[in-house]
Amino acid sequence: MRQIKLARNILLGMEDLLLHKLRSFLTTLGIVFGVGSVVAMLSVGEGASKEAMDSIRKLGSNNIIVSSAKSIEEESTSTAHSHMGIYGLTYDDYARVTETFKAIRQTAPVKLIRKEGRLGERALELRIVGTTPVWFDLVQRPIVAGRVLIASDDNGRAPAAVLTEWGARKLLAAENTIGQTLKIGGDRFEIVGIVQSESGQAGNIQIPDQEVDVYIPINVAHSYFGDIMARMTSGTFERELVELHQMIVQVNSIEDVEPTAKGIEDMLKRFHKKKDYLVSVPLALLRQAEATKRRFNIVLGSIAGISLLVGGIGIMNIMLASVTERTREIGIRRAIGAKRRQIISQFLIETVVLSIIGGLIGIGLGVLVPFLITYFSDMPTVITVASIVLPLVISFGVGIVFGLYPAIRAAKVDPIVALRHE
Amino acid sequence: MIREAESNSGVEIIKLEDARKIYQMGSSEVNALGGVTLTFKRGSFWAIMGPSGSGKSTMMNVLGCLDRLSSGRYILEGRDVSTLNDDSLSEMRLRHLGFIFQSFNLIPQLTVQRNIELPLYYLGWEASSSAERAKELAEKVGLTERLDHRPSELSGGQMQRVAIARALANDPQIIFADEPTGNLDTATGKEILGLLNELNGQGKTIIMVTHEMDVAAYSRQRLHMLDGVVDRIEGEEQ
Repeated sequence: MRQIKLARNILLGMEDLLLHKLRSFLTTLGIVFGVGSVVAMLSVGEGASKEAMDSIRKLGSNNIIVSSAKSIEEESTSTAHSHMGIYGLTYDDYARVTETFKAIRQTAPVKLIRKEGRLGERALELRIVGTTPVWFDLVQRPIVAGRVLIASDDNGRAPAAVLTEWGARKLLAAENTIGQTLKIGGDRFEIVGIVQSESGQAGNIQIPDQEVDVYIPINVAHSYFGDIMARMTSGTFERELVELHQMIVQVNSIEDVEPTAKGIEDMLKRFHKKKDYLVSVPLALLRQAEATKRRFNIVLGSIAGISLLVGGIGIMNIMLASVTERTREIGIRRAIGAKRRQIISQFLIETVVLSIIGGLIGIGLGVLVPFLITYFSDMPTVITVASIVLPLVISFGVGIVFGLYPAIRAAKVDPIVALRHE
Repeated sequence: MIREAESNSGVEIIKLEDARKIYQMGSSEVNALGGVTLTFKRGSFWAIMGPSGSGKSTMMNVLGCLDRLSSGRYILEGRDVSTLNDDSLSEMRLRHLGFIFQSFNLIPQLTVQRNIELPLYYLGWEASSSAERAKELAEKVGLTERLDHRPSELSGGQMQRVAIARALANDPQIIFADEPTGNLDTATGKEILGLLNELNGQGKTIIMVTHEMDVAAYSRQRLHMLDGVVDRIEGEEQ
């Protein structure tokens, strides 16, 4: 019974609003744009942070990534002629880290080598990733064809190579490429498999797939290509000795991540004279990203709050004008026997209906805008249930808060005075 | 004696005892009602008359439960309403009283039907039964074809008929008419007064405020006010 009455009151309120279509529409504009911008900004923000979080998550929240980094001193001296830079993680570091920490489940070393490779007629500069089979456990990628590296490749020093889908395409390789020979420098490798490429940038920690990656057993990489890399940079011939470029460490549980990272850091500090390594924790990055997102949401929330406040004030202003304009009507209703609270609910319902309709239009607008953004700029946007429900709840709240005062004003109208009002 | 008292209480519908209404106008006090004692019987047709400032409007507002007395008692339908709060006064108006005004006071954005239904809406009637009632009443005042019109599309006489239909919707015992012919030409005014007379014949108590003698002539009793007190009463014996 109450619901029927409420539904009827809402219908009556809508009828009154429809009498002043233009005015009602203009009144809701504040809410429309307020809610619209909230939804749109939330979805753009959500999209950006989801992308960041996804790529961090792909690094594995149980992982610790230790990378070689040129120390600052090294940077300054390396400009000298024919200087050989020696820095970074060593095979000893790898062995020490793997053996020392109980919390570590598995580790994968990464050695990066740039060399030209040739498949059939096609020649390209390759980025050769020397690693162990564990790598494919830590950085999970679905197999497209063939297989990934296996222990026997590494132990038996088999010249096996795994391509990424993207790299394979660049090399004009097809599925029948499996078993063919890839020539790197003067050495011949057998292509054993192709794995899926990683899309998007994973930051500088993970090996981005913007290059033609070839995964080979680390023992093979070490014995075939050695540890010294030579290249020409800005006219100087530069040589570097780096044993390992990266080490991916996986610990047993998420609680072990931070203590283990600290332990590795301390251990490396003891064995390295310079700070030529970098320990990074995806979990920490994730936390940081979450904190950034929170901060972003607070900023968004404030902007949204202000625009909804402005919208609400607009509604209140119009409702106050409407109350003045309808003083006589209120007087008539009161004389007939309407109670004060019935007048309050009449005006409150009108305001709430107005702001909810504004909210709905705003949500429509706010959904359309991210859609267009994604369509035209490839920027990811995510519309969550919360980013729709929240503005709706807020616009309801705005209706109540800013409708209450005009409604109370309406109820205070003295019928005797109102009936004389022209 | 006892029998007389019993029969009196059955007949009395309105009773004022030393009713006073004092308005504060700046620093000075205005005695709008300066101690009025009277009784109106059920089924009577009163005209309240008097020059402006005589207190007839205040009288009307008090009797119509729109205003409260400063002191004294007002018994309506055997119930002391002088101490009621705002909600209860609204309830009294809603259930027992009907109002007709000089300027009709219809709600402009509502159709004739909706205007007539208004008291029923506040009484909580269902839409279907109140629509039926509105049609009945429109027929009674001769406006069946105008139910879907808005007040602005009607003549003055028609608007006042709508107002009468609305005043009758809650089936009130008392109808207050405040200068009901004030905005109408003589012929239309006579029609409206005829309608009021008819309603009185059907047992409704009618209290009409007017300053015109020939309008007041339709009533059966006349209460002349002067300076907030009853000047004289004329017409049929009560």
